[in-house]
Amino acid sequence: MARKFDAGYYFSEGFHSIFTHGFMSFAAVCMIVACLLIMGSFSLLAVNLDHMLGDLEAENEFLAYIEEDYTEEQARSLQAKIEAVPNVSQVTFVTRQEALDDFLEGRETNDLLNSLPAEVLRDRYRIHVADIERLKETSEAVRQVAGVANVRAAVEIAQGFVLVRNIATGVAVVLIAILAVVSLFIIANTIKLATFYRREEIAIMKMCGATNAFIQWPFVVEGMILGLTGALIAFFAQWGLYQLVGKLIIQGNGLSLVTILPYTAMVKTILPVFCGTGALIGVGGSLLAIRKFLQV
Amino acid sequence: MIRLIDVYKEYDNGTKALKGVNMRIDDGEFVFLVGPSGSGKSTVIKLITGEIAATEGRLMVNGYNLNNIAPRQIPYMRRTLGIIFQDFRLIEKKTVYENLAFVMRAIGASNRELRRRIPYVLQLVGLEQKADRYPGQLSGGEQQRVAIARALVNNPSMIIADEPTGNLDPQRSLEIMMLLERINELGTTVLVVTHEEELVNKFTKRVVAIQDGRIISDETGGYYNGEKI
Repeated sequence: MARKFDAGYYFSEGFHSIFTHGFMSFAAVCMIVACLLIMGSFSLLAVNLDHMLGDLEAENEFLAYIEEDYTEEQARSLQAKIEAVPNVSQVTFVTRQEALDDFLEGRETNDLLNSLPAEVLRDRYRIHVADIERLKETSEAVRQVAGVANVRAAVEIAQGFVLVRNIATGVAVVLIAILAVVSLFIIANTIKLATFYRREEIAIMKMCGATNAFIQWPFVVEGMILGLTGALIAFFAQWGLYQLVGKLIIQGNGLSLVTILPYTAMVKTILPVFCGTGALIGVGGSLLAIRKFLQV
Repeated sequence: MIRLIDVYKEYDNGTKALKGVNMRIDDGEFVFLVGPSGSGKSTVIKLITGEIAATEGRLMVNGYNLNNIAPRQIPYMRRTLGIIFQDFRLIEKKTVYENLAFVMRAIGASNRELRRRIPYVLQLVGLEQKADRYPGQLSGGEQQRVAIARALVNNPSMIIADEPTGNLDPQRSLEIMMLLERINELGTTVLVVTHEEELVNKFTKRVVAIQDGRIISDETGGYYNGEKI
């Protein structure tokens, strides 16, 4: 006669239980919102920095100059060797003449330069890297290729970006961990309070032969509802916050060096991550609180 | 059926509550377990319901061997028992019907089963007219009858009543005992724990007397077979 899983009953019990201790539930939801907002803000900062680094990677090429005494054929023959260097994503050969043309472009009015022979410049390669964090070692490696006289890479800019991104990621990870633990305990306390309100019912249920699972499920559902409620509130709060901060950054930054990813483009990732984290904290907190019911 | 074979129980604080108890209750019996406070009556009940484990000895309850029962089997063992307490333990914010529905749902009964079973047991205890009342609106005797209905609603093979009349006047107490007797006549084993001598003497039932952790008499008739100790 026994039905194994009565979802309707568990949901209704869990839902009603939230309101028997409204203030604790409210506090738990606030805590989850705060946790997710901080987690979200740092993650979004990291994502944006990563995105900018991506731009930088795409734009940031470094130059490898070829020995002066190499003929064009010899210089061209180095392409395969340079392409073989790890982390090199794209290699473009630029002849002296092309380099000169580039250089003269926009300087046509300067007579001194008109008669400049292409030989003053070297053949060169424009090289793109896959991972800008390894720009320095990659440029060094290219320099080691026989026939490469010198390299010129803007290592400092790349390093600066990488540093900021790594710090943001590190701070995010630490803060998320701390807040997750705090939220977990707040949820656990809320659920403990719920079990306290219902201790009579629980005692009676146990006495008449309810299984532990049956007793636990409503509390797990309660924790999950609190977690998901927090996640949804945090999702929209994060949206508002992101737009606001984005606007301030754009206004304060005339150079438009900084680009900001639109929130709507990331919704598909943010919403599931928030809901998942919220539900996980909620369910985890519940299980923490009702552990003792595992014993008979 | 319940069997206690040479059961000893020593609590963590060193109290020796049971000192070698042997007792057998067959299906369909009506048994009074009597004895003064601190004699070990409650310990026997707690052992039977699986709340505590025996220190020594063997214990069988309705086909379950409590010496090596898996913790997840205990709920199923408890479903064979219906328990009644001195203080009723009804949920105040639920109606009579909901109090019964609550324990049926707790073991996974469907709404259809609830609708079929609850009116039947309420009629059995004479409360079919009060299904929508809250416990606070009922007299003590009526509340205990709700508790009896609740113990019966999951159709256990045995009812254990722990001082069921402790909070009731003599007339209500007698009514409750007669109700338990009637339930026994319908086929349910009944074990009543009490220290109310007069009440026990009004019935001609098997009386097991326990004192100081030992069974001192087990006979059919009145309280201690009429002898005072």
